[in-house]
Amino acid sequence: MRTTGGQLVMLIGINVLLLAAGAAISGGSFLSLFNLQSMTSQLPEIGFLAIGVMLAMCAGNGGIDLSGIALANLSSVLSAVLVGALISSTDSAFAFSIAFMLVAVIVGCLGGMINGLLISRLNITPILCTLGTQMAFTGIAVVVSDGRAVTVGSPEPLASIGNGMLLGVPVSFVLFVAVAALIAALLKFTPFGLWLMLMGTNPKAATYAGFPKDRVLIATYAMSGMLSGLAGVVIAARNVNVKWDYGTSYLLIAILIAVMAGVRPEGGYGRVICVVMAAIALQLLSSMLNFGGLSNFVRDFAWGALLLAFLAVSRYDLVGLLTPGRRKKPA
Amino acid sequence: MSSVELETAPGTRGGFSLRELVRRRPEVITFLLLMAICVIVSVVNPAFLQPSSLIDIGRASVVMGLFALGVFIILAAGGIDVSFTAIAAFTMYSLTLLVSKHAPWIPMPAIILMAMAGGALLGTINGLLVHNLRVPSLIVTIGTQYLFRGFLLSFIGTVWIMSLPPQMGAFGRMPLLQFDSADGRTITLPMYFLVLPIAALLTWWILNRTLMGRAIFAVGGNASVAGRLGYNLRTVHIFLFAYAGALAGLAGIIHTCANRQSNPFDLVGTEINVIAAVVLGGARITGGTGTVLGTLLGVLLVVVVNSVLVMVGIPSTWQRVVVGSFILLAAAFFVTAQKKS
Repeated sequence: MRTTGGQLVMLIGINVLLLAAGAAISGGSFLSLFNLQSMTSQLPEIGFLAIGVMLAMCAGNGGIDLSGIALANLSSVLSAVLVGALISSTDSAFAFSIAFMLVAVIVGCLGGMINGLLISRLNITPILCTLGTQMAFTGIAVVVSDGRAVTVGSPEPLASIGNGMLLGVPVSFVLFVAVAALIAALLKFTPFGLWLMLMGTNPKAATYAGFPKDRVLIATYAMSGMLSGLAGVVIAARNVNVKWDYGTSYLLIAILIAVMAGVRPEGGYGRVICVVMAAIALQLLSSMLNFGGLSNFVRDFAWGALLLAFLAVSRYDLVGLLTPGRRKKPA
Repeated sequence: MSSVELETAPGTRGGFSLRELVRRRPEVITFLLLMAICVIVSVVNPAFLQPSSLIDIGRASVVMGLFALGVFIILAAGGIDVSFTAIAAFTMYSLTLLVSKHAPWIPMPAIILMAMAGGALLGTINGLLVHNLRVPSLIVTIGTQYLFRGFLLSFIGTVWIMSLPPQMGAFGRMPLLQFDSADGRTITLPMYFLVLPIAALLTWWILNRTLMGRAIFAVGGNASVAGRLGYNLRTVHIFLFAYAGALAGLAGIIHTCANRQSNPFDLVGTEINVIAAVVLGGARITGGTGTVLGTLLGVLLVVVVNSVLVMVGIPSTWQRVVVGSFILLAAAFFVTAQKKS
């Protein structure tokens, strides 16, 4: 494991720069309370998915979770169909909201556990496994909803997760920060976190050291699945309908955020705080492109270019170049 | 690699061992599965065996087959590519635009060559990035997929081209085989169908008869050992992705000619189906194994599954669930077969 404050410093620097640039371009309205609130409320759904990708990447051995957004859509669609059939969202809004959230997170967790079981017990390569489950999850979502959008409506308190404010901060963002902090603590202070990182660093050594490898893998993917479920809840809360094909570009963006955050694709290193910072940076950039009136396609182009640029940054250790004294030889 | 394994495999025990056969030639399972599906479907709905539906399947497998050959050769070397659909869309749309707006005099063979060259160029970018950035090729090619597609849609165009230049339309209609079916419709097997067997033969020849083929399987088996043995990893990476890119460009131009229109939003999104086909054909995603024949069987399997679900009365909404479960089952099966041996 390496210790890098450099990445975090760089990400904070990027965020400050982006805020300043946005303010300069828009003449201050970029920093208005309304814009800040709308940006922070857009962030959590993709942030949850990015943390999920980070966890899977940290597990090493080609670990990656490509099923994130598919599972998020499945959780929200399946939960909307199941709970909607039993409880009316207009008559008993509170019961509907609670049941909806519970079912969505449980579906996410189960989906993640399926990934973990297939990868650890059957030894299927994570790429292949999550490609297969991505397709299967999307397929199930299509089947249960018949390919149509499912109405969730805006029952309280679900709607307030999507649109409500807590002391001027969007509730969904508070939820996101709380969950991120919880996972960061889990990684830093529990044996699970240590096992996960060491396993990613050297899977063979981890086997010989007697780590409960299968259980760590299953827990990792289950956690990633649960985060997808949470993303599904936030998506449902922010939109009146849920549909199986929501957020098709989220897969790339989640991976982009993880790579920007300095998570090593080979496993063994990743910090939640960096993922949160990278997600914020991307949201700022996205909003700035919006302010500039550029099309979604330009944004896709920019995301692709950014992903490759950040891969180059970590490959050639450009952060190390900028912070002398920390310079290491490129791997 | 199969030819070598056949010579060195312990065939001394006599008797017919299915497990041994499956281990050495996993595509046997693909073949049996394909046959089983065909038999079941033709029992449930005899219309399946009509020449028209068989020819539809043949036509539908050309574009996917070309993609699959490219993915297979990269998979054999231990990489993966998801940007090929974006390469195909990029080359087909920009080339159609070029020919119809600026240079309607270009003959068809030159258009095909230009499509392949354009695809190879984009593929080379992939290869250079994968080699130099030293990160899993999945992540690099997800990036280039968005890069290529974003460039296409933001800087080249988003408008459908509904009327193709005449030479391209003629190429799409040119018949290889033509006959009248029982109900009086004329059924055509188009000329472009031939491209798939030619490309398959070429790929087989490269993999089994050239030094590059050796290098590809060696890199797929163990890249660092292959590097120490003196294979130039840079050359191999660039060749792989350029070859896959050229096939993607070819597939793109055929897709356009066959559909008689050029839609820049087409193709992207179908990459999982293609990867599924290659994996169902017995190529391991970690590299070093697989055959061209298996890949083609995998393509047929996916095309058949996609087109017969409706024929046997399963709603088409189930298509993703079925293909997704096939991927997982095949992966689990091949891994288990590998472990037992």
